Amino acid sequence: MKLPEDDLQAYADDRLDPERRRAVEAELAQLPENAARAAAYREQNAALHALYDPVLGEPVPERLRSVRARGRFAGHAMAAGWLAAGAVLGWFAHELAVDRPAARPSLARQAAVAHAVYSPEVRHPVEVGAAEQEHLVNWLSKRLGAKLRAPVLTKEGYELVGGRLLPGDAGAVAQFMYQDAKGKRLTLYVSRLATESRDTAFRFSQEEKVAVFYWIDGRLGYALSGELPKPELLEIATAVYRQLNP
Amino acid sequence: MNPERIAEHIPRLRRYARALMGDAYAADDLVQDTIERAINKRHLWRPGSDLRAWLFAIMHNVFVNQLRSRRAHPEEALDEDALPAVAAADGAQLEIRDLQTALAALPPEQRAVVLLVGLEQLTYAEASEALGIPIGTVMSRLFRGRERLRATLAGASALPGLKVVK
Repeated sequence: MKLPEDDLQAYADDRLDPERRRAVEAELAQLPENAARAAAYREQNAALHALYDPVLGEPVPERLRSVRARGRFAGHAMAAGWLAAGAVLGWFAHELAVDRPAARPSLARQAAVAHAVYSPEVRHPVEVGAAEQEHLVNWLSKRLGAKLRAPVLTKEGYELVGGRLLPGDAGAVAQFMYQDAKGKRLTLYVSRLATESRDTAFRFSQEEKVAVFYWIDGRLGYALSGELPKPELLEIATAVYRQLNP
Repeated sequence: MNPERIAEHIPRLRRYARALMGDAYAADDLVQDTIERAINKRHLWRPGSDLRAWLFAIMHNVFVNQLRSRRAHPEEALDEDALPAVAAADGAQLEIRDLQTALAALPPEQRAVVLLVGLEQLTYAEASEALGIPIGTVMSRLFRGRERLRATLAGASALPGLKVVK
């Protein structure tokens, strides 16, 4: 049976209902050329998100918060105040629950602090080492109540050191630590959130010396931290994201 | 129309504009022009209809008008701040910059569709409405845009082996 082109695109965009999706996957298994295209399109989409989602987290520039209408409405005081007031209200309404400016530190802040606390450790950087990786992942998964995975970052030059359990706002937090040949460390902080969120956009935060890329997937918040330049960390965060969302 | 509702969409308008223009300043110019026009035409928005699609439609019209009047080249100077500065290296590190460059090399109408669908996650019907074209045209531009990106990126760097989807 031929695979309709529209179905291939819809498959790449996750727009098919589960039954149709299964049927398409079965056909793609027989059509390596089409399967390669579908995979490439999915990679393109993931890369687009990784590159541009951080714009969503940028503060809205002043000139967009006080746009005035031109022409007929020039000098119409209502239009200017209208949008300025709306922008403030609308902007905060768009924020993620974890990012809401409040007494509680944000996901990025928590991850950065945990990174700063544990990454300098020489003797006890982690609680369970990579030699017991299966046990580590099972243990942390059980405590978080979710199936976790430790991404493989060897292509990016990082090896898993191990991980530990940490307390978070809404319960247990998992921290995986990675290290490159020079001893530079990254940590992946995985946190169970109080509420589910459908906003999976990639965000960035610079917490003093620690750069953090973070995102939310359902009930889990992920944050990748390191003292790295933003573009380098973005590349690794993209790799992590793709592995956790194949 | 409730004013907050336009403001709610500003972050996504900025994201789309940044990807479309490649340059942070040009992108925010586009967003500003879009918001001005949306305010001027707010009486034309039908309450209950899709505001996001309406705003993206306005942005597309402004974008097309700008192209016509300025005959802007898609490869215009990239704002270095908008783009992660990746050191020249091999393999996957080139991928991020190449995507930006490959996008800029797409004909604007293909770039718009690839971004509205792939980045802004509009449905094909919403994209058709926003761009004022039939769905069939959306699908063919999507196909051509994605294939062109695939070819450009494959030529620019060694992509990791594509998985056969099971």
